[in-house]
Amino acid sequence: MTDLTSLTLAEARDALKAKSFTAVELTDAYLAAMEKARVLNAYVTETPDKARDMARASDARIAAGKAGALEGLPLGIKDLYATKGVHTQACSHILDGFEPTYESTVSANLWADGAVMLGKLNMDEFAMGSSNETSHYGSVVNPWRRNGSDVNLVPGGSSGGSAAAVAARLCLGATATDTGGSIRQPAAFTGTTGIKPTYGRCSRWGLVAFASSLDQAGPIARDVRDTAILLKSMASVDPKDTTSVDLPVPDYEAAIGKSVKGFKIGIPKEYRLDGMPAEIDALWQKGIDILREAGAEIVDISLPHTKYALPAYYIVAPAEASSNLARYDGVRYGLRVPGSDIIDMYENTRAAGFGAEVKRRILIGTYVLSAGYYDAYYLRAQKVRTLIKRDFETVYAAGVDAILTPATPSAAFGIGEKADADPVEMYLNDVFTVTVNMAGLPGLAVPAGLSAEGLPLGLQLIGRPFDEETLFTLGSTIEKAVGTFTPKQWW
Amino acid sequence: MNMAVRTPDPKKLIKGATGDWEIIIGLEVHAQVSSNAKLFSGASAVFGAEPNMHVSLVDAAMPGMLPVINEECVAQAIRTGLGLKAEINLYSVFDRKNYFYPDLPQGYQISQYKQPIVGEGKVLLDMPEGVVEIGIERLHLEQDAGKSIHDQHPTMSFVDLNRSGVALMEIVSKPDLRSSEEVKAYLAKLRTILRYLGTCDGNMEEGSMRADINVSVRKPGDPLGTRCEIKNVNSMRFAAQAVEFEARRQIGIIEDGGKIDQETRLYDPGKGETRSMRSKEEAHDYRYFPDPDLLPLELDPAWVEGLKANLPELPDEKKARFVADYGITPYDAMVLTLERASADYYELVAKKRDGKAVANFMINELFGRLNKDGKGIEASPVTPDQLGAIVDLIGDGTISGKIAKDLFEIVYTEGGDPKKLVEERGLKQVTDTGAIEKAVDEVIAANPDKAEQAKAKPTLSGWFVGQVMKATGGKANPQAVNDLVKAKLGIE
Repeated sequence: MTDLTSLTLAEARDALKAKSFTAVELTDAYLAAMEKARVLNAYVTETPDKARDMARASDARIAAGKAGALEGLPLGIKDLYATKGVHTQACSHILDGFEPTYESTVSANLWADGAVMLGKLNMDEFAMGSSNETSHYGSVVNPWRRNGSDVNLVPGGSSGGSAAAVAARLCLGATATDTGGSIRQPAAFTGTTGIKPTYGRCSRWGLVAFASSLDQAGPIARDVRDTAILLKSMASVDPKDTTSVDLPVPDYEAAIGKSVKGFKIGIPKEYRLDGMPAEIDALWQKGIDILREAGAEIVDISLPHTKYALPAYYIVAPAEASSNLARYDGVRYGLRVPGSDIIDMYENTRAAGFGAEVKRRILIGTYVLSAGYYDAYYLRAQKVRTLIKRDFETVYAAGVDAILTPATPSAAFGIGEKADADPVEMYLNDVFTVTVNMAGLPGLAVPAGLSAEGLPLGLQLIGRPFDEETLFTLGSTIEKAVGTFTPKQWW
Repeated sequence: MNMAVRTPDPKKLIKGATGDWEIIIGLEVHAQVSSNAKLFSGASAVFGAEPNMHVSLVDAAMPGMLPVINEECVAQAIRTGLGLKAEINLYSVFDRKNYFYPDLPQGYQISQYKQPIVGEGKVLLDMPEGVVEIGIERLHLEQDAGKSIHDQHPTMSFVDLNRSGVALMEIVSKPDLRSSEEVKAYLAKLRTILRYLGTCDGNMEEGSMRADINVSVRKPGDPLGTRCEIKNVNSMRFAAQAVEFEARRQIGIIEDGGKIDQETRLYDPGKGETRSMRSKEEAHDYRYFPDPDLLPLELDPAWVEGLKANLPELPDEKKARFVADYGITPYDAMVLTLERASADYYELVAKKRDGKAVANFMINELFGRLNKDGKGIEASPVTPDQLGAIVDLIGDGTISGKIAKDLFEIVYTEGGDPKKLVEERGLKQVTDTGAIEKAVDEVIAANPDKAEQAKAKPTLSGWFVGQVMKATGGKANPQAVNDLVKAKLGIE
């Protein structure tokens, strides 16, 4: 038998259905792979006992002919998701020892469909970061290395553990979240596929909040089909999240491999940045050519407010975060560092519990909401947000079906490489992705090739609200042309 | 803003060393919404449970929890807005008010800042000088905080989150009030309206209604002075005392050449004074912004119309109808409509009876007796049927007003059918002129001197009437006695 971990999620699903092997066997194969890959630091908690219990239950359901859509398929869960009785800390020191008594809606949806939990995945603290270097549990190592190099690279962030685990075959697929690019950027850095669905497609209930108006759950997986299968199970309307949307969840897998003939694909000129590496430009052109050859119509479009998106994002997201993170005060759960009085206890706890990047964003957020600055920053950023949204509405109204852009301005960089750089340089990683969150649209990152140094590079497809299907169709077309990418195992 | 519209009433001015001062008062009343569940969670909103028994994951601000609006609380706010004759905003927004406190688990209170659910309205006060209109600025929905308990442990404080997240309506008046009497009347009227609507139980002792009182003073005709806010006053009496003290304190400072600092103050009922809590400089920067977990609240006009159609008759309307339908005075109508239950009781009795007689008997006898026992109308031992029977017995001359009082006391303490009681206990009024005449003759015969004097001084006949009533055990028809005494004494 070949290594079970080499199968895609769809392949494993079909093989389990055909009883080629058991869910327990598949789970054990992953648990063994995880053990060997601890150097990558992708998991912050492994749950082998739980995984085997769930796998046994899956085998029983398969035997009884009651298999769910994800029956027996082992997945990794980002540490941002509340998982009942299991480590849930958003990789922050301030949530030390926190194990919720509840399960997030999205993970509960996965378990209801029969999936198996392998453990909790590393991430940037409170999902704030683009390199997974802000985690209290240390950096995640990208399974990919530059040709002939043994320098450890970042997997991107904030869903760095999810992307690395999928790329290194430490799970069949992973949950992730995306507030400004946290699914798409790490997917691009690791040669995996990830989708940030339309805002409201997945419930936010049970996700540790970063920026509520931007946060959205989504999957990272090995290929477009696996991503589609996972999203179908994750998505749902939820009475506990009034920002979730009551629309039927389509069979996303059915969109794979459909013809793109007649699709109108917009190429936004504002995404052609000064000083962008030539190979990113070339990758973009490759994507354009693939879709054109497949029968899509390519049109140049303009999204004039793009350049304001990143600054506006870095006002809105920290503003919401500064308020969302106020609950971590040492009073009810997590870390408490005693003090001489309540204020002292708050200060000690939050000083010790939050990392530097989280503190920076709380300070920015507090500042932009302060009396006298609110209008100049927060209100203006919200106006910019409306304009960005309108940019997209205008091109969609003109008949554009989807927009193609690069996913990131570069390939993965070295761990610690940007440690002394201006934080804004790190923020620039999200320059192509934040617009999508600001407008609440779906965005798919799909690998499209390797850099000269042998690192994966991704393209981004942006769709109309709730039209994830078109993205899966277009993504699978690119994937068919370029294939999928697997790192050479060195760990 | 009609703050300048009210002409200063000389009777409401306070005398200072430098002349008269006008008090300008505005109130923010926090009224707890009557609802089964909290504003954004399914936990019970009922008062009085063991600490931390009514706390959901949302109320404790566990990571990843989200608020979901309680439709009934929204309906209650709309009903209240309609009861205040206010504008209902079909589009309103929930904001976060950010501050740290252990009994505020989220680190922010969900409230409504720039776009409240209810806009301008009014409350009418029945003051001795006539009806005074107090403008309502707005009403918004917000969450209550939990409770910090500092006296249970030598070094630690305890927190009870039962109240955390319970729905409050903050009802903000315009600065239209001018005296402590008006403050009392306003709170009482607001409470009456809320209780009629069933949107708040108005129980100030349990904290279901609390007031923040803004007070400033000025010389009549001057622009508004600097105000101080007295926080969290939980009784009408304290509210009136706090206003009186605060106004005099401010006048004293200004007359001594000082100036008022805008600040938040607390009223200490024990000492009868207000004291500074925090200055304007120490005021929190609440960093309000729209809550991204909640979509703006958009109301269907048809739904609002439905609530309006099912609104009960409100005190002002009821009062006007009582005056028109039952011919009672506006004052009596006001007293009878203070509580919906009293008004309902009155109507049960007054239907097909003399409205005035019923009003008199209820206000003088029933309310007086219930007050003495500290009972509400709901707990009245005398039913509307019994009260009606007593009024009927007076009306048809079976008993006198005086006997009616005794009969009422018997019914109140022992119960029973008033008609039967009159028979059984011989309370019937004596209208037999023969018997009365005999008694009159006897009294005159026993007091020849007085009878002589009465001829010159006819008012003395009252003394004879009293003696006859006494002799007949109060059962004689007073009119008949009066007539006979006058005839026998030979006075007109």
